[in-house]
Amino acid sequence: MLQRIKTMRSSTRSNLVTYGIVLGFYAAVQLLNAAGLLSSAFIGQLVPICAYVMLAISLNLTVGFLGELSLGHAGFMSIGAFSGVSFWMATQGRIPAWLGVLCALVIGAVCAGIFGLLIGVPVLRLEGDYLAIVTLAFGQIIVNVINALYIGIDARGLHISLKDAASLNLAEDGKVIINGAMGITNIPKASTFTLGIVLVVLTLAVVLNLIHSRAGRAITAIRDNEIAAQSIGINLTKYKLMAFIISAVFAGVAGVLYALNFTSLVSRRFDYNTSITILMFVVLGGMGSIRGSIIAAAALTVLPELMRSFGMESYRMLIYAIVLIAMMLFNSAPAAIEWRKKTAQKLQGVWAAHKKPAGTGSGKGAA
Amino acid sequence: MQFLSNLIGGVSLGSVYALIALGYTMVYGIARMLNFAHGDVIMVGAYVVFFAFCSGGMNPLLAILIAMAVCTLLGVTIERIAYRPLREAPSLAVLITAIGVSYLLQNGALLLWSANPRAFTSVVSIPPISLFGGRLTIPGNTLVNVVVCLVIMVGLWLFVNRTTPGHAMQAVSEDRGAAQLMGINVNATISLTFAIGSALAAVAGALLCSSYPMLQPTTGAMPGIKAFTAAVFGGIGSIPGALLGGILLGVIENLSKAYISTQISDAIVFLVLIVILLIKPTGLLGKKRVVKV
Repeated sequence: MLQRIKTMRSSTRSNLVTYGIVLGFYAAVQLLNAAGLLSSAFIGQLVPICAYVMLAISLNLTVGFLGELSLGHAGFMSIGAFSGVSFWMATQGRIPAWLGVLCALVIGAVCAGIFGLLIGVPVLRLEGDYLAIVTLAFGQIIVNVINALYIGIDARGLHISLKDAASLNLAEDGKVIINGAMGITNIPKASTFTLGIVLVVLTLAVVLNLIHSRAGRAITAIRDNEIAAQSIGINLTKYKLMAFIISAVFAGVAGVLYALNFTSLVSRRFDYNTSITILMFVVLGGMGSIRGSIIAAAALTVLPELMRSFGMESYRMLIYAIVLIAMMLFNSAPAAIEWRKKTAQKLQGVWAAHKKPAGTGSGKGAA
Repeated sequence: MQFLSNLIGGVSLGSVYALIALGYTMVYGIARMLNFAHGDVIMVGAYVVFFAFCSGGMNPLLAILIAMAVCTLLGVTIERIAYRPLREAPSLAVLITAIGVSYLLQNGALLLWSANPRAFTSVVSIPPISLFGGRLTIPGNTLVNVVVCLVIMVGLWLFVNRTTPGHAMQAVSEDRGAAQLMGINVNATISLTFAIGSALAAVAGALLCSSYPMLQPTTGAMPGIKAFTAAVFGGIGSIPGALLGGILLGVIENLSKAYISTQISDAIVFLVLIVILLIKPTGLLGKKRVVKV
């Protein structure tokens, strides 16, 4: 067994560690919960943690690996949530609950994926900054439209209106599913921590395999130099779309998971700020590091609770902002990169002087 | 007559968008970056005017001048601390930093001035004009918005095309490296651009809150994004484009509010942006750039 781990490719070993972190977290929570050591506030955070981890992993695919900034990730989450939960509400009592949840997840994924395609095809032809602003606009459009959307169901089928609930013309037996700005109410909760972890592992499996595949290498090549990638025959549109749509699909699934954890759902919950929060997880975890995304998303979802207990809640967003700027300056500013290189060399020098057989090269590099 | 009134309202709103769009378009044209924090500089400007004029009782012009000074300082400081170190970094890093700055300003304002909306008194005290025997009234705000916007546009256009610093700006926007070789101080020119854009943001903030008298830490975010839309619409980097885009966008927004739905008017505005970018990514008056390897 040990021999096999040693001869593994380093990427496979690294992936196993990532899966291990997720499963270890699951086991730890189950054990602590059985021992009654977890506060109810923390238990309430478990499903959102899973949803945010999925969102961070999927956004990292777009931002960290494809190198395009998407500011509308919450929009895909919203589409997934509303389509999946609408199905869940419409089929209440008609099909078994497990099938309902499964179908809701699939529908959320498909709807978000379709929107990913619709947005991606035209938008990915644009340059970086434009892509950011269009995805931002898209997120706003989704929030706005769902805020004004009314959907009802009766024996004759689905009714959709953009005006008010009365104009749905529902029959006697009909019920309103999405009620404009009030959103969806009285949702029977269906998300569990176990379901969340299963979905996180599924996301990981897809994203990690993609990254280490031929397609994944094409995607990172596009990030590193678009023109060079194109010149060696990489189909830019195909791989950009692939990354973008997979990212949207998992955002949709995460949206369903997240929504089924609450009894009511309003579109304002998925606004620009949510997109930024997810981006924050990706940047703080390290763009292009899946494991970082997982840890950052989980830690920063629990953090507000902790800060509240220290009475620092109102400073949270301010601190996020400062940390975000500082991280970007430290990681990307040419001067900072130069400084880190020099410091690393100096440290290596000190290390080599200590350990007499010099040049073992075990000093830590600037990662 | 109702239509005309809506149209005029749209032009008024559009003038404010155009002023904000100027800040975006100049910075984008010269520093090649999307200054996400611009909308929040507007908000800061509006708060300064609020404290100086609405609650301090100062002369409105003086209040706006103070706000312009504060915003100029703020804009230049932001550029110096957050953007300049990243000048040679990938655009993704700059963009994320700009989002961070925007968040910093919003949340700083939230802590300093609380989330409670403030009732903003209009800085304009011109009586409305009645036309066609009282069937059409043009509010004083509208007149001031349009006039101020036009004056600033013309002034800026003259500045960029007729003065030495203006020529330096054009040169930096054309080719930064070549401009530097010609002895232009690139950093100073970019700072100047930020200074002008931020000063205009203060004016825009005062006018915006005079027309829509609600002031909150998030006041600047939405108009900021819409004004960026306007800048893209008109062709980013172009001053007349900012005017055209701003006014068209204001008219589209007001008409869709009046005739389609108030709830989804924002969605319509953003849809316009997406459609424009797809059909003519360089905007109405923009120039096409050739990417060299």
